[in-house]
Amino acid sequence: MDFPSTQFVPSRIMGTYQPIHQIGMWGENFKSIGNPSISASVIVEVDNKLENESETASHEMPAPSCKHDQEASKPFDKIQRRLAQNREAARKSRLRKKAYVQQLESSRLKLMQLEKELEQAREQGLYIGGGLEAGHLGFSGAVSPGIAVFEMEYKHWMQVQNRQLGELRTALNAQISDIELRIVVENGMSHYFELFRMKSTVAKADVFYVMSGTWKTSAERFFSWIGGFRPSELLKVLVAQLDPLTDQQIFEVCNLKQSCQQAEDALSQGMEKLQETVSATLAAGQLGQGTYFPLVAMAMEKLEALVCFVNQADHLRQETLQQMSHILTTRQEARGLLALGEYIQRLQDLSTLWATHPREPA
Amino acid sequence: MDKVMRLTTERGVVLFSKSSCCLCYAVKILFQELGVTPTIHEIDQDPEGREMERALMRLGCKAPVPAVIIGGKLVGSTNEVMSLHLGGGLIPLLRPYQAFC
Repeated sequence: MDFPSTQFVPSRIMGTYQPIHQIGMWGENFKSIGNPSISASVIVEVDNKLENESETASHEMPAPSCKHDQEASKPFDKIQRRLAQNREAARKSRLRKKAYVQQLESSRLKLMQLEKELEQAREQGLYIGGGLEAGHLGFSGAVSPGIAVFEMEYKHWMQVQNRQLGELRTALNAQISDIELRIVVENGMSHYFELFRMKSTVAKADVFYVMSGTWKTSAERFFSWIGGFRPSELLKVLVAQLDPLTDQQIFEVCNLKQSCQQAEDALSQGMEKLQETVSATLAAGQLGQGTYFPLVAMAMEKLEALVCFVNQADHLRQETLQQMSHILTTRQEARGLLALGEYIQRLQDLSTLWATHPREPA
Repeated sequence: MDKVMRLTTERGVVLFSKSSCCLCYAVKILFQELGVTPTIHEIDQDPEGREMERALMRLGCKAPVPAVIIGGKLVGSTNEVMSLHLGGGLIPLLRPYQAFC
């Protein structure tokens, strides 16, 4: 007999939205990787949560095609469908768990290797102190107070950002006055400027931390250019959302795009020069005789310039936002800020989805 | 300082730089893209370099390099040059000195 109701209608619900709620759990647990002793219990706890969720998920499945079967009204149909959904949910759960465990394993290996390298470096007398105890490296790398403070502040910054995006959405739909909208927009802009200030402070403490973008999600890091977004990328995302623009505005945006691109190119080439300089310094003289501390110290001096570049890149981002603010009307600026914020949220969702997407075992 | 003041009143685009400074290199690249060939003074290769550095800092260039002067007026360091460029104010200043091959 034909059972059209066995088509997996709910797979759309399971496939797209459900995992993201469960993913939140996985994401939380990634942060505790630095403490291997609790990882075992975490897996068990998370595993139980997942099993429970997949059970509730199948309970809540609306299975709309059920309505068509109401004339036939066969409980057998419903039971079959629910069993199939349970099997599917359990299978996906097992795959996710496997991916997570694989990640944990490789992270543990990395951690052990890092600790070994650090020991070796210490033996060679290259690092003075550092205040690290072997076995307590931690994956957030938050060994400096400047970084720890920044990570805390950034968490808070993201919360405020999401709240402000909600305010922007409401304000744009509610047709409030331009004066009131101006206030919402100013808050949004100040909030970005606050981030640049935070980054400038932590760059002085550890510029490599800013360059690596550790505090951001993986998809955001994929687009990283000197510690953040390319201003020209931001413009591309913004401008597409801002139709209609007046001819004058189109002209001004074009000019801004071009000067932005030129400034970026100049900074990129400066960065390449910096890489060449540091590399040439390290490679000077004979290689193959072991390390040579004075060369490493010289290279470090040259590397100090990296802080200037990171600051310049952020300055460019800030100037780009400010120039757009001059060119656009208040309402356009509000839409632009909202578009930018949501684009970043999508990148973050992409990172989450990627991290928990089950992959074929190697 | 006499030397710095004399150099800044030269016509055209003047860039005080250090040969080892990569940010100065970035500014040189920018001028190149805009079709301008500035007169470059590498103060780390100048015997009076130390004094020039102090003079530039007195003029307001904290870095002290790169320092950009156009038509006898101090524009500033990288920050000021970038802001000016994004605001559309750099090209008009450079126009008399632009030469595209």
